[in-house]
Amino acid sequence: MDLPQVALLPDGRRLHLQHGPIDLVIEAFGEREEVGAAYRQARDRFRTVLGELVEELPQLRKPVGVDGKHLIPTGPTAQRMVAAVTPHRDVFVTPMAAVAGSVADEVMDALVAGRDLNKAYINNSGDIAVHLTPGETLRLGIVGELFRPTIDGTAELTFEEPVRGVATSGWRGRSLSFGVADAVTVLAKNAAAADVAATLIANAVNVDHPAIERAPARDMDDQSDLGDLLVTVGVGDLDHATVDAALAAGYATAKRMEGAGLIAGAVLVLKKEMRATGALPGMAQITLPVTA
Amino acid sequence: MNNPATQAGDGVITCDACPVLCRIRPDKTGACNRYGNVEGKLTRTDPLIVTQQISDENGDLVPFLPEQEDWDGTLNFQSPSFVTGIGATTTYPDYKPAPFIVSSEHHDVDMITVVSEGVFSYCGVKVKIDTDRFIGPEAAPVRVKGEQVGHVTTAEYGSQMLALGGVHHLTGGSKKEGNATCQAMLKLCNKEAVEMTIDDGATLTVQAGKAPIIDDNMEERMRVGCGSATIGMFALQWHGHADEVIVVDDHITGVLSEHQSGKFLDMPPAGIRVRGRRSTAGRYFQVAEPGAGWGGTDITEPLSIIESIDPETAWPGLRLLMVSTTGEDQAYYVLDDDLKPVPADMPAELAVSVDRIAENCEPALSTVLFMGGAGGSLRAGVTVNPVLLTRSVRELRTRVTCGGAPVYVWPGGGITLMVDVLRMPDHSFGYVPTPALVAPIEFSMPREEFIALGGYEDHIKPIGDVMKEGGLHGVQPLAWQGNNPWPLAERQALEDV
Repeated sequence: MDLPQVALLPDGRRLHLQHGPIDLVIEAFGEREEVGAAYRQARDRFRTVLGELVEELPQLRKPVGVDGKHLIPTGPTAQRMVAAVTPHRDVFVTPMAAVAGSVADEVMDALVAGRDLNKAYINNSGDIAVHLTPGETLRLGIVGELFRPTIDGTAELTFEEPVRGVATSGWRGRSLSFGVADAVTVLAKNAAAADVAATLIANAVNVDHPAIERAPARDMDDQSDLGDLLVTVGVGDLDHATVDAALAAGYATAKRMEGAGLIAGAVLVLKKEMRATGALPGMAQITLPVTA
Repeated sequence: MNNPATQAGDGVITCDACPVLCRIRPDKTGACNRYGNVEGKLTRTDPLIVTQQISDENGDLVPFLPEQEDWDGTLNFQSPSFVTGIGATTTYPDYKPAPFIVSSEHHDVDMITVVSEGVFSYCGVKVKIDTDRFIGPEAAPVRVKGEQVGHVTTAEYGSQMLALGGVHHLTGGSKKEGNATCQAMLKLCNKEAVEMTIDDGATLTVQAGKAPIIDDNMEERMRVGCGSATIGMFALQWHGHADEVIVVDDHITGVLSEHQSGKFLDMPPAGIRVRGRRSTAGRYFQVAEPGAGWGGTDITEPLSIIESIDPETAWPGLRLLMVSTTGEDQAYYVLDDDLKPVPADMPAELAVSVDRIAENCEPALSTVLFMGGAGGSLRAGVTVNPVLLTRSVRELRTRVTCGGAPVYVWPGGGITLMVDVLRMPDHSFGYVPTPALVAPIEFSMPREEFIALGGYEDHIKPIGDVMKEGGLHGVQPLAWQGNNPWPLAERQALEDV
């Protein structure tokens, strides 16, 4: 069995932690000794994260809110997952919708505990936890289409704004989606909250159209927590009205989450069309290519 | 787990690469996208592990969190590990078992690696210097700080060769000579620069993996080929833009219109005769003396190699390109009414081809091979019957590495090996005042082979214990150098035979 991998990336600054499906790229800014100590703390915490999750995996793959008595998990990362998805329990959602963000948050807490860092980020395959101190900012690149990983815009996070998590979801991402969004990027108070919100908004960017191909989740991934639910496996050409309708549906969901204080802002992209809501520092710079 | 994946009836396999234990359908990957079900077999979709990616990206070894003095890499660096002899120290007297006899598993095969640092009384360094410039006559002494440490040996393709060190310079001469030789070899093997002088030749600065500096000139690139080969490559690109091209080279200078390439393109003779000894059509030996000028000759004024211009054949307005075999030196002339070459601006088409010569020249490097004999008492640290180890190495049942780097074992008696120092971690070498070089050496073999050799079975330690206990200075994990074969891997080719 592969064991957790720990390595500095070639730039000598960023720490790479990998275990099974978890891939973390961590960068902390501060005094050399503090950064080193922080990396050791992150490494120590990371060692058991996956194992803890696996112990409670069957439970974490069940939707919350259906019978109204979801068990409280014992693992701290699992608890973050349940806490992040519970506010969304009126729709179908399992704690797994927040797993990537929760791992980032969990390792971030270990990274900064007792350390004097200026700022830090932990990128778990696109779900990002952020740590900031007064006067520090962090610029994030925003990807408009998950299958075309180029930076289409930037968001500048500041200490004053409450955003400490960023996540991106879409039907061509690592997880299955009910929706057709090319990318939904969400800013929220932590990575777990951003993760589940991005997943659910991406699910909501949806419309019925013959060019959209769907299949049972189980056919795509035996262990998917989505079971027999239909997930998107192909999106063909969509006319402008269809794109508009799909984005409007997702936008309404994002607005509702924003109103409930669950997210700080969101950017929705489908077929080079974009909708944005909420406080998006610097996000006005997003420009999408006019052609593929 | 011994079985990497268990298969259910429907072709779904359960991956046990991590605790998630994904069930993977045929042609799908697990949650990590790293492992997939390929024809019912669990298959790594990206065979590189993180530690290898590190070295692949920049070609260097990256120390693992090097700034951490108290970093205890042992507990965390759990990727496949190989213990090198660097820092292992050696045992004395020789009959004692080597400092580390490590057992580890590779694909369920129990492998033993005998790890030590060898004291190489018999050792030398072969240096290949990518240059056609004359560095000194064959067999001329090579000196460092006035002491002879070796000599110039036979030249190879596009390169000058030095043979340095060896037991005669190390211990056969004066104490001063031995120390100078030892220090020069030590520096070269540790990838440091060494300045040396050659009797009746050049002053060189040589460093493994770096461009050589010859008489204060940094050699930038190897020539693209000899003058004749260069004409063969570029004749078509010159055709129509020049009436004659002379490619100046210390070995063979080429003359386009006389050369087979020019004949084939129906180029008329230009009547320009170069100096030197004609070999075959359009190919001339010894147009000048060797030197640091054009194409490894002593030429700095290219027209000086033109012996005559035949007024019956040449014509006013004739366009002449002269270029060296590295493309570094070039000149363009047009013959005036008296058939005298007058410098002119080079047409763009020709400039492109000249640049292309330069572009096609590989970067010139100095490369350093360490050569040493491990056939002596060093073997007693592995086995009570040393000749069995020699045979096992010879028959490829035991793999020899130096600091994890692959070695070439010279045929014949003993275990005389050569290794590219660039494949070894930095600062792999040390020395003893004898003088002699100290180099890491590892012998890897299956456990049965080790036992059959009469190996010290009761000194075998699991790799985990070695990683925890470490050597005199602890354990420093390094990323694996990606271009080196994994020393514990099966010898596929042999198994196929």
